[in-house]
Amino acid sequence: MNARILLAVSARVLTQLRRDRRTVAMLLVLPCVLITLLWWMFRDLPGELFDRFGPGLLAMFPFIVMFLVTSVTTLRERSSGTLERLLAMPMGKLDFLGGYAVAFGVVAAAQAALAVALSVGVLGLDVTGPVWLLGLVAVVDAVLGTALGLLVSAFAQTEFQAVQFMPLFVIPQIILCGLFVPRAAMPDVLHGISNVLPLSYATDAMKTLTTTTATGDVWRDLGIVAAFAVTALGLGAATLRRRTP
Amino acid sequence: MVNNLVEVRSLVVDRGGRRVLHGLDLTIEQGSVTGLLGPSGCGKSTLLRSLVGVQELTSGRVSIDGVEAGGKELRSRIGYVTQDPSVYLDLTVRENLQFFARVLGAGTGSVDQAIETVALSDHADQVVGRLSGGQLSRASLAVALLGHPDLLVLDEPTVGLDPVLRRDLWALFHRLADDGAAVFVSSHVMDEADRCDRLLLMREGLLIADDSPDRIRELTGTRDIESAFLALVDAAEEERTA
Repeated sequence: MNARILLAVSARVLTQLRRDRRTVAMLLVLPCVLITLLWWMFRDLPGELFDRFGPGLLAMFPFIVMFLVTSVTTLRERSSGTLERLLAMPMGKLDFLGGYAVAFGVVAAAQAALAVALSVGVLGLDVTGPVWLLGLVAVVDAVLGTALGLLVSAFAQTEFQAVQFMPLFVIPQIILCGLFVPRAAMPDVLHGISNVLPLSYATDAMKTLTTTTATGDVWRDLGIVAAFAVTALGLGAATLRRRTP
Repeated sequence: MVNNLVEVRSLVVDRGGRRVLHGLDLTIEQGSVTGLLGPSGCGKSTLLRSLVGVQELTSGRVSIDGVEAGGKELRSRIGYVTQDPSVYLDLTVRENLQFFARVLGAGTGSVDQAIETVALSDHADQVVGRLSGGQLSRASLAVALLGHPDLLVLDEPTVGLDPVLRRDLWALFHRLADDGAAVFVSSHVMDEADRCDRLLLMREGLLIADDSPDRIRELTGTRDIESAFLALVDAAEEERTA
């Protein structure tokens, strides 16, 4: 690992993103719009439904968005020849992947700050624990999305295929993360599966934060999500090969 | 005194179940421009990829300055231009070069120098995606020049360029060679042959000639390299059927 090269990759990715104003706008505004939509839908219904679903959504957005953005951008990097060029240079595989993770982590932090500020400040989401921790969970979640996106881009030949990995890798996690049915109430097999999916822990962390001030469980869940992200980055590094057939 | 920077011994490469290179032997000298000429699909790019160390080899070996191609210590000493311009289309010329310079650990001075060398100073702050095809391939070439590499591996760098520009680029290759670099250029355009100090003619994964352009013409009794190429192919066919 070389910090100079890793940061060069991050800076370059962020410069590219800055050129693409429309994508930046979507990354920052879209989660806010969707959360507002959810709040609006639940507004006149009895029970604190927004408080129940809001945290899960805050965990989900950064994950989904970063998964998509990363898998497409790295696939582009593979097919345009820039990756081959970089790997012929003194570029470590982890520098490359880490550079992407840092860049999108920064974007995710901005995204999470906006979405959390809107949910808590304007839409009245009840958060018992520290609000900044909610933001941190969102950032780690985004890094997880980035790491998984980097990994699956290795198995996609076209951008079409990369996008199709979303139903495969992301939607099952959304269904089983405990947002619709509490994980403990699921059939044993599904509960078991949800135990090995990272998004479950991110959702758990968000839920805990809204209900108690004790943060011990949140840090444990956060650690698990981070471990998944690091593992995915490691596997992603294994799929990057300097020599190709 | 001639110094062989690159040594290729019995290089065999299979791609997609097909044999692309059939046991090549060659050397590339420092301080010279070596041309690799052959029709498209004959294995030129595969050979170039092998030199850079991004090609999986089936057998044989490629060494550069005594180190196996692709070795860590070589990675900042080789400039490589792929056939497709591998630069970021949404960055400006300067941003592209600054990024690659940072990766290579080359100073910012080398960025301006490289831009000047490929005559893109007027377009330095333009987004690469909006440049013409010729400008685009020069931007890609500029990346390869960063940090003064000892070996330049250029895959068809002059394709589609205007004749004046082509002449200027060949002059540049010779200047780089005079400064001590080994320049290895592939082309499928036979009329570029005379711009090289030495020529390798390639067909169907085999080298059919390896000499100076003059010697190749002399040996085959032809006036231009295209005829020489045909004469060599015919001779090989006759030998095979005889």
